[in-house]
Parts: sequence; C-alpha cells; structure tokens
Amino acid sequence: MQKIIKITILFIFLFVIGIFYISLTRETNYNTSSLINKETPEFKIISFDNSNFYTRNDIKKNNYTLINFWASWCAPCKIEHPVLMKLSQKKNLIILGINFKDKESQAKIFLSELGNPYDLLAKDKNGKHSVKFGIYGIPESILINKELMIIQKFVGPLSVDDYNNIIKIIE
Amino acid sequence: MKLNLILLLFIFFSKFSFAAEKTVDTNLIHKNLRCLVCQGQSISDSNSDFAQTIKLVVKDLIDEGKTEDEIYEFMSEKYGDWIVFKPQFNTQNSLLWILPYIVLIFGGFFIFFFLKKRQ
Repeated sequence: MQKIIKITILFIFLFVIGIFYISLTRETNYNTSSLINKETPEFKIISFDNSNFYTRNDIKKNNYTLINFWASWCAPCKIEHPVLMKLSQKKNLIILGINFKDKESQAKIFLSELGNPYDLLAKDKNGKHSVKFGIYGIPESILINKELMIIQKFVGPLSVDDYNNIIKIIE
Repeated sequence: MKLNLILLLFIFFSKFSFAAEKTVDTNLIHKNLRCLVCQGQSISDSNSDFAQTIKLVVKDLIDEGKTEDEIYEFMSEKYGDWIVFKPQFNTQNSLLWILPYIVLIFGGFFIFFFLKKRQ
C-alpha cells in the first residue's frame, strides 16, 4: 500500500512539473501559422473611390496577390512603404491595398507623398473586413496564390528579408 | 372563453420560449474573448481599437443568427484558440478537460479501497 501511495505522489509530482514545463515553454503570442495554407475567406470590399467592389474573383485573375492593410496614421506603414513600392514593379504580383480605419483625405496625401504601390485599392472604414483575415494590428500583409490559398502572413512592417522571401516565392 | 384563454396562453408562452431561445448574451461573449493587443484584458474590458472592431463583428454575427459557440469557433479560426478564454474541446486540450474526471474516478476508487483495507 505504501508503495502505491509513493508511486501516486511521484506521478502527481511529475504531472505538475510536466504541466508547468509545457505552459512555460508554450508560445502564447498571437501566431499566424493557423491561417497559412487555408483558403482566402469570402469578402466583398468597397474600392477606395467607391466606384466598385473587390471580391475573391479579383484575386483569382492573378498569379499572386499581396493584400496589405495600411493607414496614413500608422508609422510602421511608412517604414514598409519602400518595400511595397519595390514589390509593385514585379509583374506576377498584384498588390491589393486595404486602407484601414483612415480618413480619405489623409490617405490620399500619404499616397501622393510616398507613391502608390497598389494595383487595387480598397477601404475598410470600420475594420470589420480585417477580422476576416485575422488582422489585429497594422501593417499586416497576406500573400495569396491563384488557388486562393494563403501562402504567407506578415505581421508588422515588411522588411527586406520579407521582400526577398516574397520574391523567392513568386519567381 | 376557455378556448380563447388557452390559445392566448399558448401564444404568450410560445413567444416567450422563442425569444429565450434566440437570446445570445453579448456581454458574456465579450467577456470570453481575449483582447490580443492588451495585457490580460477581455474584449469587454478594453476600449482598444481591436476590441471595438471585434465588438462590431460579434454584433454582426449575432444579427446573422450565429450561436455563442459558432462565434467562438469563428474567432478561433481567425486568431487561434488564444482569443478564447474558455477554450473549446479539441485533441490538443482533451487531456485538460478529461483528466479531472479521471482523477475523480480513480481517487474515489483509491479512497474506497484504502478505507476498506483499513477496516
């Protein structure tokens, strides 16, 4: 009986240690890995000039599409802008810019000052569309292929490494 | 007269039960969703931009007729299980859900046999 009690105590001790170990080494930050290799969600988003709507059909036409959430009030968006300008020169990549919770006049000034890298430009006035793409802060970018599968998701401003990574994928 | 009264009661209670079925507690959902850009706050506690957006989406989903579980499922799909304070049952956390019951059953047996032996 004494032996059983000892084994039980040892088992409980090891179990508690195991739980602590798993919990403390677990990645608790927001992780985008669950969205990769998943299909792009259905969306219908109004264009920046209110002239039409963009849907998944507009993505199907291109080999690769980079959806970029940005705003004029977002400082890191200015940092990543040169990378987007460079990416806009690539032929098999279409960039869909989604202006996030922004003032239209400010967004226009932003683009006229820094350049417009977007082939398609839409707006998400209240941010509801961003939730469909699992966005929790901007800038965030999503690389999608012709089959509408999410290949990569970039949280934060696009870096030179991200640029090289995208080029490697699309070429 | 009696028939009218029965009919009236039937309509009243059927409407009442229908309303009860459809009610989704928005506050409860907000409290069970984690604000990803805040430190340990729920969507309900936070006034951040992210929380405001999630509240709008939750309202839309309720208007679409989604149940509480369907809303959690939708959010987990977009942001991972981390967004839900009370995680759904799945293969990864099954042990966490089942273990207390296993411990309870085995503990019960253990105490039973231990006491029996002492007697």
